Formats: sequence, structure tokens, C-alpha cells
Amino acid sequence: MPVAEVLSPPSPPVNASASQRLSHLRLLEAESIHILREVASEFERPVMLYSIGKDSSVMLRLAQKAFYPAPIPFPLLHVDTGFKFAEMISFRDAMARSVGAELLVWRNETAIAAGTNPIALDTKRCCGLLKTQALLDALRHYNFDAAFGGARRDEEKSRAKERIYSFRDSAGQWDPKNQRPELWNLYNARVHPGESIRVFPLSNWTEMDVWQYIHEEKIPVVDLYFAKERPMYVRGDALLPIEQAFVARLGEQPQMIKSRLRSLGCSPCTGAIRSDADTLPKIIAELLQFRSSERANRVIDHDQEGSMEIKKREGYF
Amino acid sequence: MATITAQPFSVGEFLAEEREKDLLRFSTAGSVDDGKSTLIGRLLYDTQSVYEDQVRSIEGKGTTAPGQIDFALLTDGLRAEREQGITIDVAYRYFSTPRRKFIIADTPGHEQYTRNMATGASTADAAVVLIDASKGVLIQSRRHAYIASLLRVRHVLVAVNKMDLIGYDEAAFRAIERDFTSVLNQIAADTGSPVEVCFVPVSALAGDNIVHRSDAMPWYKGPSLLELLESLPSALETRAAPFRFPVQRVLRPDHTFRGFAGQVASGTVRAGDKITVLPSGRNAQIARIVTFDGDLSEAIAPQSVTLVLDRELDVSRGDLIVSTQAQATVAKRLQAALVWMDARPLQRNRRYLLKHTSQTVPAFVSSLEHRTNIGTLAHEAAETLEMNGIGVVNIDLLRPIALDLYGENRSTGAFILIDAETNSTVAAGMITAASNPATSTSGPVTAEERAARWGHRGGVLELTGPVELIDRIERSLFFRGAITARIELDAVTGIDFSIVDHLIRSKVLAGMIALIVNLAAGETLTAQADGEQITLNASDPVAAIVAVNELLARSGILLSSGNADWEI
Repeated sequence: MPVAEVLSPPSPPVNASASQRLSHLRLLEAESIHILREVASEFERPVMLYSIGKDSSVMLRLAQKAFYPAPIPFPLLHVDTGFKFAEMISFRDAMARSVGAELLVWRNETAIAAGTNPIALDTKRCCGLLKTQALLDALRHYNFDAAFGGARRDEEKSRAKERIYSFRDSAGQWDPKNQRPELWNLYNARVHPGESIRVFPLSNWTEMDVWQYIHEEKIPVVDLYFAKERPMYVRGDALLPIEQAFVARLGEQPQMIKSRLRSLGCSPCTGAIRSDADTLPKIIAELLQFRSSERANRVIDHDQEGSMEIKKREGYF
Repeated sequence: MATITAQPFSVGEFLAEEREKDLLRFSTAGSVDDGKSTLIGRLLYDTQSVYEDQVRSIEGKGTTAPGQIDFALLTDGLRAEREQGITIDVAYRYFSTPRRKFIIADTPGHEQYTRNMATGASTADAAVVLIDASKGVLIQSRRHAYIASLLRVRHVLVAVNKMDLIGYDEAAFRAIERDFTSVLNQIAADTGSPVEVCFVPVSALAGDNIVHRSDAMPWYKGPSLLELLESLPSALETRAAPFRFPVQRVLRPDHTFRGFAGQVASGTVRAGDKITVLPSGRNAQIARIVTFDGDLSEAIAPQSVTLVLDRELDVSRGDLIVSTQAQATVAKRLQAALVWMDARPLQRNRRYLLKHTSQTVPAFVSSLEHRTNIGTLAHEAAETLEMNGIGVVNIDLLRPIALDLYGENRSTGAFILIDAETNSTVAAGMITAASNPATSTSGPVTAEERAARWGHRGGVLELTGPVELIDRIERSLFFRGAITARIELDAVTGIDFSIVDHLIRSKVLAGMIALIVNLAAGETLTAQADGEQITLNASDPVAAIVAVNELLARSGILLSSGNADWEI
């Protein structure tokens, strides 16, 4: 994991004249940095939701860029369900150290101790307790008034209608029919006590943009994104990573499959894909061939019609 | 998203091509009826920008013939919308072609969504206006074109849709082209912002002239809609404009570094350039342009960078750094076109917060020039703007800001209004003129200035009645932005009356409304102002509040009685 690259930002030589035309990635970068700076300047207590995935990795790099040479002026918060892959947790800790940011970890310990898991409960209730409830508790506990998330509008239909500054009432809930108009790059940061804003600096990025940026900027990402031989339970077309014992069905034997994860979630609910893509260019090439969207392997998005919209209304990112 | 399917595929070449791609943002507006969702669904589908699982999830649903995909379902995001078959909100869509990346701001077309259209247009380089060929030019197309022009979307592509329904008839297309060109000319005359327009005959359902040129209309020799979108110049104008840099944040990691973080709103800046910080007017030179990736010799709009100056200046968030050669205007009084976006109508003299670039300043709408009827383009006299209303107003600011006219600079000429009580974003504003009222820049603040700001003159309102109702009356005045001073006579017993009298006079002289309160239980409320006394039924508090506000208006204390906020 090349974390060392983050430790030492490039020394400052005077570059050649900037190209007269900015590529789409530079345009997206400029917009995201503007958003990060606005939030840091207008809110009392912002926090960055750091989920360890590729989008969070990009968001974290953009935060470094936004405030350089000053440090990132807000903490990172990871909502840990207890079901994240072990590699994710070690990566998280190394990243936070390398960028010098304060890392807060919040778990719904009561629900975890009660044995909450997506098989004992259904996925909807499991997410509700371990993610949404934990997130709302953490935001309330620390009294954060703005929280950055790495969600993108191209991920899912209800996210296409999300604002960059997404207003949440004092219960953390989203009202899709009553969103604040958002014009130009003028964001309304006004909230009453108890209300908050979720901020999505990557709103206008696509999955392809994210991978291209990771490639161009040499941003470290969790190794699980790269293909290698991994033990998997094979169920029809689905590959289930071996991480939690309770996932196995009776008599099921793991097989070694060259595979990778396209999107990082909780291990019981995140399917892997068969893949030979073990480098960033190969991942990008693979992405061009894909015939299904990145969240297709995320069980939680499909538990009912419009389920992402319902989760978001309840306070999910 | 298999945008490239050539056999010998090289990721290296692909990435090199991708680095050359720029970004074009365009808005669309329309309703289910004119096939807007179908058109967007078709653009996404034909550019291979939808995944199989997304197509699978809508197959067999919708209202099209069996076996046909209802493209509209690809874009209807919210459950509430699917249930009602309508589009409520702005949705953003993404697709790319080998030449360019695109962001679509997809907005509904009915009048009650004018504000959504304005939102979509605010960041767009181009607008795709839909006309249903079988119906001709309707108010919706007109409205969208007006908003595109008002928000200075330079390029308008008119997609004359449903050509299949009229037998691909050229004469009908030409008639629409003629009609709508004349509409666009009238609009440009009103907004002062001409658009560059192209007409394309299309059928979104059949796919004619959306992505691929169609054989169905040999009389049309022009490019397809997508080809046009690929060839439009993107927002290059911002680079030619004078340098503008709103300071978002002062970065001071240690005593050796002090930099001003922001995004270049327009123009170009180079190390060594002479700059002026507004509104203070102090000059300096650019010492460094700092980024995480190393210093730059030059930065262009819309890059986000950090500027270091060659000397210590007092610069803070909200200041505008500009080229010394081409400075911005510093003004406290604006004339602006507003698009009203809130259910609560515009109130003159109510306290709003004006957010412009990176600063927020208290602001008051002092008067309305007119309201524009988009149907007729007539300018109508108006006292207020309601939701989705568009008009020109005069605004007074508490502090001067550095600005450009919206016609010259979309970044430094735009603002939003936020209601200081509810925190809602209530309006989008485009500055059309700016000035500094000569009377208010020096000398003591006059009674006229206070009255213009607060919406009332100094005066006395004497109230006798139950405390709950008196509290609500006080709150109703407070909510409308009035400055009141409450003096409870019970609390000042034993004090020489001449002192109390002097106290009241000083409040009135300072422009406040002095509320003289006599608490009394019972079913009636008596109110007295400027010699007029009224007695009201205290059991109908709303009627009583309205009556008291009207009394204050009759007495000349309140400058208008309309639009007070009764909901307290």
C-alpha cells in the first residue's frame, strides 16, 4: 500500500504555464475544492465521513489539496459496522496517520453486542441499526453541523436528485420534495440549531472519473479493489467473500477465485466479481466493458423498490 | 459504459484521449408530454451510458408498446415521481462520448417549476429546449427559453420533437422554426441577452437525429442533437473576462505563510500581476500561486488555487481580489432581476441575507420596478413576487460589496437571497445595475434612511389587553423586521412619568415603534396609534393582529401593511 506518497506532497517547483484548457478532471477537482473550502469556512463543526472506499480516498485527497499547505481543518469520521473487511480497517488507520487528520470511529456497540447481522435480521434493519442509527448518533454526539460524504449522483436514481448541500432536519432526515434550490456555486449554509447539512463534494463525478483521478494522482486505495486469488463462496453468479463465518450456508465450501471488489461495503453484503484487473489501467479497461452498475453487487440497494430513497429519507447517506 | 468498442483496445490511448476531454453542462426542461424524459433516456441509451441492470429494471414497465423500452423510466428518480408519472425536481445525469463529457441538469417544465428551471440553467453552458411538433410553440418552451436567456445560457438548441407524429413534415418544422425565432428575439430584447440558437427536428421515441442522423428527414441536412452538443464551445468566455478571485478562506498554517484560498471566477492570474483587494481598494502584487501539486506560474478560471501577495494586507473571506487594470464595482445599492423561489412571497423591507461570491450581507428589497409576465413579456406593476415570479427589484445592502453586472460576469454578478428567519433560499438574483446612494455614505443616518431600511417610521402603539395577544402582536411586528421597544406601564410605576415620556420619545426619535403595554385580562384589546383608537375581540387573535397592523399602516408608521407574517 503506497501510503508514503501521501506523506510527502511534491516539492514546489514553478510549473510550466497551465494549459489553456482544463480537462474534465481538473474542472471537477476545482469544483470539489471550492465546495470543501466553503463548508470549512461557513460551518462551526464540519466532519468528513470517511468510508475507506475509492470515493472517500478521492475526497480525502481533495481535502488535502483544498487546504494545502495548512492541514485538513476537520476530523474524519468512520462509522464502523463491525463487518468491514479487516484490510479496510488497517488501510483506514494508515491513511489517517499519513494525512495527519484526526480519525473518529463510531460503532453502535449496543446493536453489535446484541449480535445484529444481516442474516439474523434482514439487511434493511441491519443497515438501519449499524449504519444509519450509528451515523445519526455520532453526528449528534459530536454536534457536527456539516458532514461530507463521498456519494455521487451517478450512483443511483434517487441520488441524481441530491443537492450538493443536502439539508437534513433535526432528526437527520431528508425530504426530497422540499429541497433548497441550489444555484450557480452559491450554497446556502444556514441551519437552525440541531439541523445539519450533508455535503457531497463529488456529486458531479462519475465512477469512471473517480478511477481516472486515482490513476492520474496515484491515490492509494484498498487492495481489495485489485484482482487476486481470494477464497469465495460461489452462489450462482454471485461471489461472496469469506470474512464472517455466519455467511456460509450448510455444506458450502470456499473456492479460490481470481476476483476483486468493485465497491466496498460490509463483507456479508458485498459481492465480489470475477476479474483479472490487478492494476488501475486494467480496472479502467474493465469498467469500459461493464454491463452493470457498480452498486449492482450491493444487496442493500435492492431490498425493495426505491430502497435507497427510503434509506436516505431516514438519514442514510 | 462501453464508449469504445474498437478491437485493439489500448488503455493508455484511452486515458490519453480522456485527458483531452472537456466538460459541457446543459439543461433541459419539459414535461412528460413533450417527451423530455424519453429524449434524455434516448441520449443515455444510445451513447451506452446506461447499464444492463438499469435497463433490465425498467423493461416491461411503463407506457410504451410491448417490447419497446420506455426510456422515460431511466430518468424518473423518486418514488413519488414514478407513482405520479411526473418530474418534481432537478436531476443530474452524466454521459460521455469520445469527444466530451456531459452533465445534464434535467428539470421539469410546468410553471410551478420555474425555480427548478432556473436552478438547472444557472450552471449550464447550453439549454436544450423542447417543442412538441404536433402542438407547436407552447408556453412551456417559451418559459424555458426565457429563463435560459435571463440566466445567460449562451447556446439554445431547440429540439422539435415528435416529428414522427406529423409525418416528418418539413413545412411544419419550418413554421415552428419561424415562430420560435421571433419569440427568441422578443425574449432577447427583454433580457438584454441574445442567445445563439439551432433548430433540430427529432423523434426521441424513434431515435431520429438524437445521436445519429436520421434518414427519415432527408430535407434536414444539419447535425444531430448530440453532434451539436459535442461541437458547442464550452465556457471559454470566463477566461477572456477580467481577473476575479473571491477569497474563500485565509490559510495560515504558521507564521511564515499567509495565503488566500479561492477559485478563479474569471480571467487569468500570473505571478507578478498587480491586483487590488476590494472593497478596501488596497493594491499588491501576486507573489506566488500555490497548489498542493506545486506552485503555478499562471492560473485560469475556474481553477481553485491559493494566492500569496507580496505584502501584508488585511484580506479576509468575502473580499474580491481583482486585476488592478480592470476593477469591479463596489456598491451598496443594486438593481437586479429576481426569480422568486419560496412559497412565502417577497416582502419589501424584510431582512434577507444576500449571498454573493463568498460573502453574505444583510439586504432589503426597497422597491419593485416590475414583474415580467413570461407569456406576454409584459412588464406589470407589482408590490411583491410570488413563488416562480420573475421581476426587477431594487436592493439596499448593509455593507458594500464588490461586483460586476451579471451580463458581464456570471460569477460576480449573481447572488441568492436567504430568508434570515426561515433560512430558506428564497430567490436567485442577477445584478443589472449598481450604485451608491449619495445620501447614505456620510453624515448621521437620517430618519428616511431608517424608514427605508426598516419599513416603518418611529411611532407609538399603545395596547391594552391580555398578555398572550400582546406578545403575538409584538412578535408579528418582529417577524416582519420591525424594530420595536416594549415598555410595560405596570413595570414602571413609581417612576416619574416625565422620565417614561422621555424614554418613549427617544425610541420614537430613533425610528423605533414604541409599544406601550397595559396588561389587562378580558376579552377585548384596545389599540391606539396616532390618535386613532380601535377595540378588538381578543378571542380572534389573527383578526386582531391583522387589524393592528392595518392601524399602523393607516397611521403612517408602517410603510405597508401587506405581507405581514401572521403564522407565529
